[in-house]
Amino acid sequence: MPERAMPERELTFAQAVREALAEEMRRDSRVCIFGEDVAEAGTPFKVLSGLVEEFGAERVLDTPISEAGFTGVGVGAAMTGLRPVVDIMFGDFLTLTMDQMVNQAAKAHYMSGGHWKVPMVLRTTLGATRRSAAQHSQSLHAWFSHVPGLKVVLPSTPYDAKGLLKTAIRDENPVVFFEDKMMYKLKGPVPAEDYTIPLGVADVKRVGEDITFVATSSMVQVALGAANMLEKEGISAEVVDPRTTWPLDEKTIIESAKKTSRVIVLDEGYGRYGVTAELAAVIAEGAFYDLDAPVKRMGAMHVPIPFSPPLEDVTVPTEETVSEAARRLCNKS
Amino acid sequence: MTTASSRPAATHAVNNEKDRWLRAYRQMVRIRLFEEQVNELYTRALMPGLAHLYSGEEAVAVGVCEALNIDDYITSTHRGHGHCLAKGASPDRMFAELLGKEAGYCRGKGGSMHIADPATGNLGANAIVGGSVGIATGAAFAAKRLANGRVAVCFFGEGALGQGSLYEVMNLAQLWKLPVIYVCENNLYNEYTHFSETTAGTILGRAAAFGLESAVVDGQDVRGVYEVATRLVKRARSGQGPAFLQADTYRYSGHHVGDINREYYRTKQEEQLWRIERDPIKLHAAWLLAQGHGDSAELEQVAAAARTEMEAAVKFAIASPYPSADQVEQDVYA
Repeated sequence: MPERAMPERELTFAQAVREALAEEMRRDSRVCIFGEDVAEAGTPFKVLSGLVEEFGAERVLDTPISEAGFTGVGVGAAMTGLRPVVDIMFGDFLTLTMDQMVNQAAKAHYMSGGHWKVPMVLRTTLGATRRSAAQHSQSLHAWFSHVPGLKVVLPSTPYDAKGLLKTAIRDENPVVFFEDKMMYKLKGPVPAEDYTIPLGVADVKRVGEDITFVATSSMVQVALGAANMLEKEGISAEVVDPRTTWPLDEKTIIESAKKTSRVIVLDEGYGRYGVTAELAAVIAEGAFYDLDAPVKRMGAMHVPIPFSPPLEDVTVPTEETVSEAARRLCNKS
Repeated sequence: MTTASSRPAATHAVNNEKDRWLRAYRQMVRIRLFEEQVNELYTRALMPGLAHLYSGEEAVAVGVCEALNIDDYITSTHRGHGHCLAKGASPDRMFAELLGKEAGYCRGKGGSMHIADPATGNLGANAIVGGSVGIATGAAFAAKRLANGRVAVCFFGEGALGQGSLYEVMNLAQLWKLPVIYVCENNLYNEYTHFSETTAGTILGRAAAFGLESAVVDGQDVRGVYEVATRLVKRARSGQGPAFLQADTYRYSGHHVGDINREYYRTKQEEQLWRIERDPIKLHAAWLLAQGHGDSAELEQVAAAARTEMEAAVKFAIASPYPSADQVEQDVYA
């Protein structure tokens, strides 16, 4: 079906994720879920509520608090005939899975000369401003985007969440799927039917002429908000959402940069050596002679995320800070 | 659960006791001679990278793998040639992999420390100590979920006892009653350090903490290893859950081929003692002769055939072409 069918229904981001999982579990008995408190509890965010009731404790399994252990179990199970969806409750806990993801999952196919495959999905969260402090607020997707053999997905709407997660589950490779925990209650149109969104295809979330915002995950909504503010001032902003950091749709990003000649890249991870650095480099390589201003990067401040609300709030870009940066870039401040 | 009769044939067909033990002898000799060739290739600078020899530990791989079916899973270690051969891999493609040739099991992309072979259930050797404990446990999880009757064996050295992920998966395997057997090859040395300096408490105490069925066996006694492994495999296959097997053994060579001067961590007398008095091949040969399962001419024939096989395999690997450079980006993604 076409990606932009006319949906009549709205779901929250969390409901869209759950629907994608339920549909894939109905479609393919090899799909199973495990992680901490994924069964009766449905995770602390209640994203998985109802799945154990439908699919049973053999396919939705609560694990001990052992991220390295059960991620490794996911890798082995994926190699031998299942399609596990492993749940890492907070993205910060990914640190505990790194050997399994980086040394095992990412490399098993290549190191075996293409013999073994690891069709698993690691679902986790990112994003600050939930007052959760430094160990429950990070956005660590750049780490995984750096590793050959992994794919990294960053949905920014309920529609994308459902379509991308279904694709990720059907993919033959290890996919890390990041959900912005502040977005779980965000509502949006989601078709009830089966649809998928290919990995590596960016989505132009808003068409504009004067400046491009290349924004990921949580920053897409911020970019759209800033674009609305700017429109009233006569600045037309385009918002491009790559949707996956790997594979990366360089073509769509470069085309938009060439069209508007000014770009701000927005990502909630750290900027240094991060996703914004890579996106800016892609734009510089592909659109240098069409740019009228240096590419501007905006992301989390280079500090551990603080607890105190007034401190935390200044660590991430907002509609105000983004629109201000855009004005400056367009010489209209 | 698949019934025994409809399962794929065992790795080998053994008609009687004599055949079984002669076959175990042959397998151990093949591993020993394989490793002698590796040593030769490495010291002649024909083999790139690192070589970790399994010589001295043959009875563990053979005793355990003889208790498995060809479609059962194993995960292996950086010292993995023995596991690979014992599970049924062919030496020509193994040598090709060791030399980085396209005909190798991983088309030259894995090398000595990453040989994997789906046809014999080998999920891969692993160069991260303890790195495969999750994979083996996951294979057991899939076997249980798919009810295909397979078991998984996770080989690791006693050095991996220092890795926390081992305890995470042992806990999980016991909770979920997974058909996995953790085989700890205690060759006494974590690289260049005696295990007593790195290992508090006892080895089996670790398994006991999770309520795992466990056993300790003389890793130089192939029949003893086979008997215990058979019991633990049968138990796992019938749904009774995971087990832990400690096999006490010894690594004849250094940590890798280049580890020549070893006196600072172990004595030559100790090495001699194991080689002379505790050699698994000699011990088994003596038993075979005493039982009348063969005469010395027969055993020499076994060794001669294995030598010919290994020499031919090396020749094949040397003559094989390297992968073309355009393959470097193949198989990053499936």
